[in-house]
Amino acid sequence: MSLIVSQAPSTERPPAAPPSLTPNQRAWRRFWRNRPAVLGLFWTLCLLVLVLTWPWIAPYTFEATSDAQFSPPSAQHWFGTDVHGRDLMTRVIYGARISLLVGWIGALVAVINGVVWGASAGFLGGKWDGFAMRVVDVLYSLPSIIFVIVLITTLEGFLRKWLVATFDAGPAAVGYARLIFLFAGLGAISWLNMARIVRGQVLSLRQRAFVDASLALGAHPLRVIAKHILPNIFGIVIVYATLTIPAIILYESFLSYLGLGIQAPMASWGSLIADGASQLNPIRVYWWLIVFPAGMLVTSLLAMNFLGDGLRDAWDPKGRSD
Amino acid sequence: MWIYLTKRIVGLLPLLLVISFLSFMLVRMAPGSPFDKERAPASPDIERTLREKYHQDEPLWQQYLRYLGVARESDGQGGTRWVRGGLVQGDLGPSFKYRNHGVNDIVAQGLPVSMSLGLLAFLFAMGVGIPLGIYTALRRGQWGDHIGSFFSLLAFCIPGLVVGPLLIMGLALQWRLFPVALWSSPWHMVLPTVTLGLYFSGRIARLMREGMTEAMKEAYVVTARAKGLSESQVVFRHALRLAILPVVSYSGPLLADLLTGSFVVENLFLVPGIGVFLVNSALGRDYNMVVGLALVYAVLLVLLNLAVDLTYGFLDRRVKLS
Repeated sequence: MSLIVSQAPSTERPPAAPPSLTPNQRAWRRFWRNRPAVLGLFWTLCLLVLVLTWPWIAPYTFEATSDAQFSPPSAQHWFGTDVHGRDLMTRVIYGARISLLVGWIGALVAVINGVVWGASAGFLGGKWDGFAMRVVDVLYSLPSIIFVIVLITTLEGFLRKWLVATFDAGPAAVGYARLIFLFAGLGAISWLNMARIVRGQVLSLRQRAFVDASLALGAHPLRVIAKHILPNIFGIVIVYATLTIPAIILYESFLSYLGLGIQAPMASWGSLIADGASQLNPIRVYWWLIVFPAGMLVTSLLAMNFLGDGLRDAWDPKGRSD
Repeated sequence: MWIYLTKRIVGLLPLLLVISFLSFMLVRMAPGSPFDKERAPASPDIERTLREKYHQDEPLWQQYLRYLGVARESDGQGGTRWVRGGLVQGDLGPSFKYRNHGVNDIVAQGLPVSMSLGLLAFLFAMGVGIPLGIYTALRRGQWGDHIGSFFSLLAFCIPGLVVGPLLIMGLALQWRLFPVALWSSPWHMVLPTVTLGLYFSGRIARLMREGMTEAMKEAYVVTARAKGLSESQVVFRHALRLAILPVVSYSGPLLADLLTGSFVVENLFLVPGIGVFLVNSALGRDYNMVVGLALVYAVLLVLLNLAVDLTYGFLDRRVKLS
């Protein structure tokens, strides 16, 4: 038994890297060796290309209705059609566009918010740190759905009025405005974890000699943050941002299910699944309405999680906790 | 120990005050009022009477004090008296939407149902997640690990609003193994429990796998092996104690989430819990209900986190409660 114990670490450790490699290069090397992660990256890129080029290669538009209602998958409609005879495949790929956009921009909002909040708390310390982290604690103990609903409806009231007054905007523009509230609302509830992680990192960096040296030489605190702190937390921030994207896409699908997400005729994966679920009845089972959007959602989330896990294993091998 | 407990419980009070204030103000910030009807606003006379009845005509700070139960009102004979009820007496006030019902009644009716569903889902998630996590950690790098880890990540990528409709379509409508909806016998509880618990079982399996992997590297595990203990004794009597800590700390917020109900599952299976109320009250501006449910959630979260900390101290004696 003890033999196995002493051998186990040595078989797991990668062959000693030549000293010329930077930590970043070594991390990339670890990443490319992780097959599921590379597969996840590949799938995400494929999805991106498909989503971006689809408007030019699609035989139907996402709003085009036809007489073929609820037709099962066939040669004309690979994923079948929905209640208005719209091609489901086109709608699923169009939905991917919205879901990915919401996920990526929502994650961006969460990252900026979390980094600013967490880094300032960790760097300034003292009273501000206590206050900032107390705010995070309080927001943690508030059910996020209340926060999102209030935020989205309040913003919607303001923005809609403003759009109509200033640009004389039609309903289409108001539909796109919904997207902006989703970015804001989803970003606003997803930054708490990021703030905690960043604060922890900054707190430990703050103790390091090079930060003290820089401050002692008279560098402005903002310069220290920009030059020394931020580059050092960049890796970990990217890693957790990658894991935030699928979480936000999931939350968006939940909001769409509530009817708070994307509004018809636009579609996201969540709203397509919700439409499919509303057609559930004991007489006819329209399985394709749920199976295809859900399948795309699940495979894409899987790919992004594999990618995020791979990035985390490569850059932050110690900090593994969900 | 008792001092610690008392301190934590007393520390709950300011948090509840902050949460009640925040949610009280937040939900009033959103446009619209609880007395709006679907289309046109209620007629001015009706609305005025309603606002008077529910004291919505008073200034905001007075409404809040009234909600807390520390305001004085006129007694109709020229004098003043303390308002009846209020949060200090444990009264969450009347519901604005379900007239003639107090928030207390609705919580008392729905919370037990949500709690039993949540507890079942929690047990399901633990029952699937912990064994899967231990298994994959012990088979690390082998096929068993790859397959097990894939399934735990897959569960983590399938939200309830996908699992629910699929289970209903397959097991309830197609093969008629389980009832489609409602909450009356143990048989009715199977599908909602699986729908709610599956996502979290994946998360728990991942946490358990990481915990176990770390624990197996500890010196005392090597000692236990050196003593000649069997592998199962090493794992279950020695390593498990430490390995389960990440799962324990995750289970506090998880249980608070699960016990207060899930909108998707309660909506899909027509379970009469409070998860539906939480969302609908925020959407319908049922002010008192939102604040009341936010408070219920916060109390549960704090108490469960306290329980988590106590369990922590019990499992890992090196942790000091202070």
